[in-house]
Amino acid sequence: MQKEPENIIVVKDLVKKFGSFVANDHLTFEVKRGEIFGFLGANGAGKTTAIRILCGLSFPTSGELSVAGFNVYTQREKIKQNIGYMSQKFSLYDDLTTFENIRFYAAIYGLSKKEIDLRAGILMKKLDLEEARNSLIRDIPLGWKQKLAFSVAIIHDPKIVFLDEPTGGVDPITRRQFWDMIYEAARNGITVFVTTHYMDEAEYCDRLSIMVDGRIAALNTPLALREQYHAKNMNEVFLKLARVQKAAEA
Amino acid sequence: MKRFWGFVVKEFLHIFRDYRTLLILFGMPVVQLILFGFVITNEIKDARFAVLDLSRDEVTRQITEKITSSGYFRLDRNLHTYSEIEGAFREGDIRLVVVFEPDFAQRLEREKVAHVQLIGDASDPNTASILVSYASGILNNYLFAMNSEAIPLQIHPETRMMYNQELRGVFMFVPGLMAMLLMLISALMTSLSITKEKELGTMELLLASPLRPLQIVVGKVFPYVFLAFLNACIIILLGWAVFGVPVRGSVGLLLFESFLFITVALSLGILISCITNSQQLAMMISLVALLLPTVLLSGFIFPVENMPMVLQWFCHIMPPMYFITIIKSIMLKGNGLFFVWKETLILFGFTFFFILMSIKKFSIRLS
Amino acid sequence: MRTIFYIIQKEFIQVFRNKRMLPIIFVVPIVQLLILVNAATFEMKQIDMAVVDLDLTSSSRQLTSKFQGSPFYRITSAPFSYSEAFVLMQKGDVDVILQIPRGFEKDLVKEKNTQVQLIVDAINGASAGLINAYSTNIILDFNREVLIEWLNPAEMGNIRRIVTETSYWYNPKLNYTTYMVPGILVLLVTIIGLLLSGMNIVREKEIGTIEQINVTPIRKIEFIAGKLIPFWIIAMFELAFGLVIGKLLFNIPIEGSLWLIFLSAGVYLFVILGFGLLISTMTNTQQQSMLVSFFFMVVFILMSGLFTSIESMPLWAQRVDLINPLAYFIKIMRMVMLKGSSFADISKLFYSLVGYAVLIISLAIWRYRKVA
Repeated sequence: MQKEPENIIVVKDLVKKFGSFVANDHLTFEVKRGEIFGFLGANGAGKTTAIRILCGLSFPTSGELSVAGFNVYTQREKIKQNIGYMSQKFSLYDDLTTFENIRFYAAIYGLSKKEIDLRAGILMKKLDLEEARNSLIRDIPLGWKQKLAFSVAIIHDPKIVFLDEPTGGVDPITRRQFWDMIYEAARNGITVFVTTHYMDEAEYCDRLSIMVDGRIAALNTPLALREQYHAKNMNEVFLKLARVQKAAEA
Repeated sequence: MKRFWGFVVKEFLHIFRDYRTLLILFGMPVVQLILFGFVITNEIKDARFAVLDLSRDEVTRQITEKITSSGYFRLDRNLHTYSEIEGAFREGDIRLVVVFEPDFAQRLEREKVAHVQLIGDASDPNTASILVSYASGILNNYLFAMNSEAIPLQIHPETRMMYNQELRGVFMFVPGLMAMLLMLISALMTSLSITKEKELGTMELLLASPLRPLQIVVGKVFPYVFLAFLNACIIILLGWAVFGVPVRGSVGLLLFESFLFITVALSLGILISCITNSQQLAMMISLVALLLPTVLLSGFIFPVENMPMVLQWFCHIMPPMYFITIIKSIMLKGNGLFFVWKETLILFGFTFFFILMSIKKFSIRLS
Repeated sequence: MRTIFYIIQKEFIQVFRNKRMLPIIFVVPIVQLLILVNAATFEMKQIDMAVVDLDLTSSSRQLTSKFQGSPFYRITSAPFSYSEAFVLMQKGDVDVILQIPRGFEKDLVKEKNTQVQLIVDAINGASAGLINAYSTNIILDFNREVLIEWLNPAEMGNIRRIVTETSYWYNPKLNYTTYMVPGILVLLVTIIGLLLSGMNIVREKEIGTIEQINVTPIRKIEFIAGKLIPFWIIAMFELAFGLVIGKLLFNIPIEGSLWLIFLSAGVYLFVILGFGLLISTMTNTQQQSMLVSFFFMVVFILMSGLFTSIESMPLWAQRVDLINPLAYFIKIMRMVMLKGSSFADISKLFYSLVGYAVLIISLAIWRYRKVA
């Protein structure tokens, strides 16, 4: 039996340009299977651009990429079968109910009616959303929407789930709960690729890379990074990196 | 104040970067003027007709010739039997069949009376009746020439067409086009623009900012005022330059009235955006409650006087009718404020009414 | 394949849950139908006339009363001078001025020739033409009466007459409603199809849910089919509903086969929906999509033969009309509904529509990308 590749995402020299603006400047990194990999950086650093390319939503300008063992240029549809995605706007349909949203997305991933009903039930129970089953999304609180969007993103048991700034706008407790869900997903074997601009969330990742102005300024475990930059927390690491970058540009 | 202007500039930039929208907004008047000026016409030309000539003599041939050379008709085919008529109509293109009875010329000479049948395809009743009256007219003219020695008494009607000697269709359309486009830009686009912010959720952001609600609305609306006004000028200019539609009255008054109508339409657009949160809905309401009436119930294409009383009443409660009356009055008749003050006042009234309604709706929303 | 069903299901839920849109989709077209049918007429109801009678003889008064006697004319005033009458026209109070010159009767008796003036408000060219025709007819009629009164039988005997018998087929009462309703139904169904379907997809782009869909393994065709089919169904339903109303309220004829009507409608709707889809691939905001759709719609409607006839358009315009789906379908509707044309009669039009549908939907699918 062939052993599955250790690196489930491989990126080499990814470049993405919008006209003359370079959003991603020769990014190179790997993501190991089952880990929680973070993409940290300020707004506009190029995180969303990169994640969209990995999801197949956008074409890279150049570079070699493979996701879940498939080539991003030629095997896009195969990739999509194996990934989940949660966008910044956690796109759920405002005018559909909780159950209807789950059913819709599950169906698109090809689950059978029986499967859909089963998983939907389990999901709503787990998220404590049973009473909101027939409520329209626009009527339920933000925290619930987030959790729901995440669960919908993994309802088909993908190998990888991409989360683009998933915790925007909620209180710290809800954010903590959300990360509990991420941990659980990782425990179940799903690789999690998450972007965020909250520095404290960096601590929750197994490994993370810090992006500054389209380039990867650092890539390691949180612990290693703190030691390397003699910082008390990730915030300091980031500030130091940003200063280094500014100095380099000057 | 600086904040406000910053906001206005941002709105302008939004719109001017949206080249697709701009293209359509400015391309539309041009295309529609071309359409109305060169393409669409109520006049009849080259209508296909068929002849069933059971007589085949000099007179019937002359009459057929006269019909064909009138410019209104084009001879499609000669039929041989009565039963062919049905098929000719069914195939779709023939509008009129002219049937001459046998021995036509002889009967005309000897008995002084001959019969012609005019059969019209009345699936298009308008064209059919017009074609029949044209054909009758041609017959009458022929007869007249034939009888000219015999008839001693003549009353000659001399017709003068005022304001539009050549009966150009375009004269009707330029005012209507202005009404439609101004309504489109000022009401529809404005309501869409405001509801879009609501739909995307950014309206709340704006309301939370230091900008006052009034400033937000004015700021959003301002670029469209500019666009609409520009559009109006383009239409007038093009109409004049390409089609010779004159501006016989005061240009200043014309522009003032246009601006007034823009405000009416704007206040309508604002009112619509106050009552709905979705762009789709705003669009449908605008289309239904504004554009369709503007096109149909304003005197743009179909004269108001010809409609049933109920509909005429509808026309009178909508702004476009008054605006079109004003424009025609100023542009084509050369009238001044003296003749249009009533309608102008009504337009002012509309504006106040809509703005009042909007404010009421808005405050209800806020409380 | 099953995914299409789920997409359709979602679309229907969204449409029917939108309480405000529902009446607009279903009630408003009918209201529009009612209004349009009654408003869209070129027939003259009433012609307001001012008579400037400078002769004031029995003959001139006879001529005036002839106009008075006509149900179409309303003599609103009898000013003493032309300039007075003209002010009325400037105000818009009269459509036509009849001026009978001084010496009208005298000239008629002595020289056998005389003149009257008709001054017509020609801003509405078509109406002016009709007013002129009607007025001239009445004057000629008067002429004929004068002849009968004053000529002796011998002179009368030399005058030849052509008697015309007029008959109108397919719509003997010249019912304009009958003519307009099929076309208007097409119009309404087109509006729904084009605007709603286009805006719908763009709306998902705008609020971001389309990303969520693009990231799934769903195939382009499945997504597109799922988006178009609900609107196809709704539009077909509206057409059926409109036909029922047309029959009940206006008693429009349905001479030809209903199957043919719905078959053609089905194909036509694919063309329209394809257009909506194509436009949605070219625009990013609902505003844009609506504007572009509106633009094409207006052009297509105006050139479709609905309000003005196609044969009267210049040749180059008629060629442009070859890509106007409305022109095809309105022609089909009128031929089948009013004349009972068979499939053979409309086959050329029908196949053109089929080809058009295939072309446009393929184009739209090709343009739709799941990737930016």
